[in-house]
Amino acid sequence: MKPFAYERAATVEDAIALAADGGVYLAGGTNLVDHLRLGVREADRLVDISRLPLAEVREREDGGLVIGAGVRNSDLAAHPLVRTRYPFVTQALVAGASGQLRNMATTGGNLLQRTRCVYFQDLTTPCNKREPGTGCSAVEGLGRHNALIGASDDCVAVHPSDLCVPLAALDAEVVVAGRSGERRIAFADLHRLPGDRPDLDTTLEPGELVLAVELPPLPMATRSRYRKVRERASYAFALVSVAAALDVEDGVVRDVRLALGGVSHKPHRALVAEAALRGEPATEVAYRSAIEAELEAARPGRDNAFKVPLVRNTVVDTLARLAEGSAA
Amino acid sequence: MTAHEVSVRLTVDGADRQLDLDPRVTVLDALRDELGVTSVKKGCDHGQCGACTVIAGGRRIVSCLALAASYDGAVVTTAAGLGTPDRLGPMQQAFADRDALQCGYCTPGQVCSAVAMLDEVRAGMPSHVSPDVAETRVELTDAEVRERMSGNLCRCGAYVNIVEAIQDVARAGATSEGGAA
Repeated sequence: MKPFAYERAATVEDAIALAADGGVYLAGGTNLVDHLRLGVREADRLVDISRLPLAEVREREDGGLVIGAGVRNSDLAAHPLVRTRYPFVTQALVAGASGQLRNMATTGGNLLQRTRCVYFQDLTTPCNKREPGTGCSAVEGLGRHNALIGASDDCVAVHPSDLCVPLAALDAEVVVAGRSGERRIAFADLHRLPGDRPDLDTTLEPGELVLAVELPPLPMATRSRYRKVRERASYAFALVSVAAALDVEDGVVRDVRLALGGVSHKPHRALVAEAALRGEPATEVAYRSAIEAELEAARPGRDNAFKVPLVRNTVVDTLARLAEGSAA
Repeated sequence: MTAHEVSVRLTVDGADRQLDLDPRVTVLDALRDELGVTSVKKGCDHGQCGACTVIAGGRRIVSCLALAASYDGAVVTTAAGLGTPDRLGPMQQAFADRDALQCGYCTPGQVCSAVAMLDEVRAGMPSHVSPDVAETRVELTDAEVRERMSGNLCRCGAYVNIVEAIQDVARAGATSEGGAA
């Protein structure tokens, strides 16, 4: 690990000032400390934001929630309003990492964690995300985890977060602050596709700090589900994952939210499938046809074609179970 | 104390310790290398194996990814703080009774993790295998224990007995031995 200076921020303004000229924010540290040690990332100065007053979950007047960026994953998962109003958020959180890591990792850090593409973390191999212009080892390498949708010639990595998948489905908003003040970012606009700049995961400006994630009210999310398919039963990143909420009345899909993890450089909101399903009969035939329309955008490579039927079957099964639950 | 060093105070197993550290030093390395607390073990040093698990502020963490500077003021409990060779803590005694180890390297982390995990269960925290995440009364099945302990690897494969040891303690009583937050 290269030497760095350490500063602890007392206020948000203090943090933003300390992060000017390349300071790096430290929250839970579960991803950053590992990357500093591996040499994936270097920093001259760490700005510790873990003691800022950003660790609260607050209810909005409209029934939505404001989640402070410093709320730990375990606390967010266990929050009474999250587990009852947005169960797929809790399910996504407890499907990720381990008990120890969830006690450390924060909401803001979860959004900004880097890909687990093995080549990104392996300094002996080229990687355009880690070192722009060096090439992508994953395109012709071990490609089982590669993206299906929205990849580029420069990068085929997927976003690793579980939490971000239901947040995409919920149309969450991200509140950030920087030297030019505060702004709100629609969740769909926070992460970006790789294009020719895979080194940039998000649209945040240098030095911007995530303050909060806001969840709008969504009554049908009380019947929501996060399904994660992985290579072992616990403590592994997703091959694919599905966040879904479904509102069925008289056998017809009144409304649906659907997002996919493990398929793209950003959490993938399945807008094509959602549009195809609204007003259709709540049947497995309709679910299947809708997700197949979404997956027309998939461009599988040599090793990851299995993800196409895996996504399809997981979506169909998840929606079918949600429909069963809402009929009961 | 050189220009880049930071002053860090930790309460380790009941004792106040004051240190001047390079900011790169983790809680794990501060405990082992600076304070000689070798009950905490270094396994992978990447947050993947759980051997370095300690209880900080009442919660289990992996100390290899925790920068000591960031934990200034923390109350840290290692396995050595959960009992002594003459007076083992309930979880340590259960591990011994159930033969829940072979080489023993992962055991201090397993024991710390298990103690704090039972506190999480008492607090009603859900897990990936909980049938209904809104339910705050957790029925601690073996599947729940396995899921909640999946952050602690045992390469000897003592898992079956580790589950038994933890269940013995869970059945025996509802009191915490992890220390207050």
